[in-house]
Amino acid sequence: METRRDIFQAIADPTRRAIIGLIAIQSMTPNALAEHFNTSRQAVSKHIKILTECDLVKQEQQGREIYYSLEIEKMKEIDKWLEQYRKIWETRFNQLDNVLSTIKKQKK
Amino acid sequence: MNKELLFDFTVDKPAKTVFINREFDAGLSLVWDAFTKAEILDQWIAPKPMTSKTKYQDFKVGGKRFYAMISPEGQERWAIQEYTSITPKTNFKMYNAFADKDENPELPGSEWDHTFSEQNGPDGHRVTKVSITIYNESLERLERVLDGFTQGMKMSLSNLENLLATLSQK
Repeated sequence: METRRDIFQAIADPTRRAIIGLIAIQSMTPNALAEHFNTSRQAVSKHIKILTECDLVKQEQQGREIYYSLEIEKMKEIDKWLEQYRKIWETRFNQLDNVLSTIKKQKK
Repeated sequence: MNKELLFDFTVDKPAKTVFINREFDAGLSLVWDAFTKAEILDQWIAPKPMTSKTKYQDFKVGGKRFYAMISPEGQERWAIQEYTSITPKTNFKMYNAFADKDENPELPGSEWDHTFSEQNGPDGHRVTKVSITIYNESLERLERVLDGFTQGMKMSLSNLENLLATLSQK
């Protein structure tokens, strides 16, 4: 957990974004996932490993098969802090509106 | 805020870039000054109840602004901006990094690009549009930016709630 990967790094790769897109619809086995890609099975499992390390993907054992699914909460987390960041800018700009109108009045 | 003025905020996560567009009900020269002169910047850049103070600013290519965001408790968070490109009243770019109080930067920082253009507003008076892009090398850094603000934001929201409650009683 200490060497947590950067989430932006995780979703910067097109193959990993495609994996997220696939398992967002339904959970999938490693074999079913690999069929969607031209790369080797090892390459796909390496991508999954990175996504798992970022807590974006979880795996569940169902009988003899492993299923990968998306951690929806983790994805929401990203959106939540981006929304906070947006609010900071909104506040900042409202303050700037006030400063600008004060300066304009002083000039008149 | 004037509802007719544009404000959009989008994030391209894979590209690690934030895009911000905002229009202001003022002419180009004034808005340019508001983004480039420390004495005006300090009046609006820190979301209340935080405040901003600039120790020094040298607005030229290669020049710097060394400033702090100060929490209501008096805690100072220093940062350095280095201007990397300036086209007067059109565009400026800078590199922003957190720092300690002795001006030692903590890398990586973020790359900022500001573009200014004057347009005609709805009723014919001048409106200035500012487009900002911010490139962050790491998500963790952006999270740190947020951590610093979250407390201040919570306080200002509760101030607003109190104000609204007072107003609605009247």
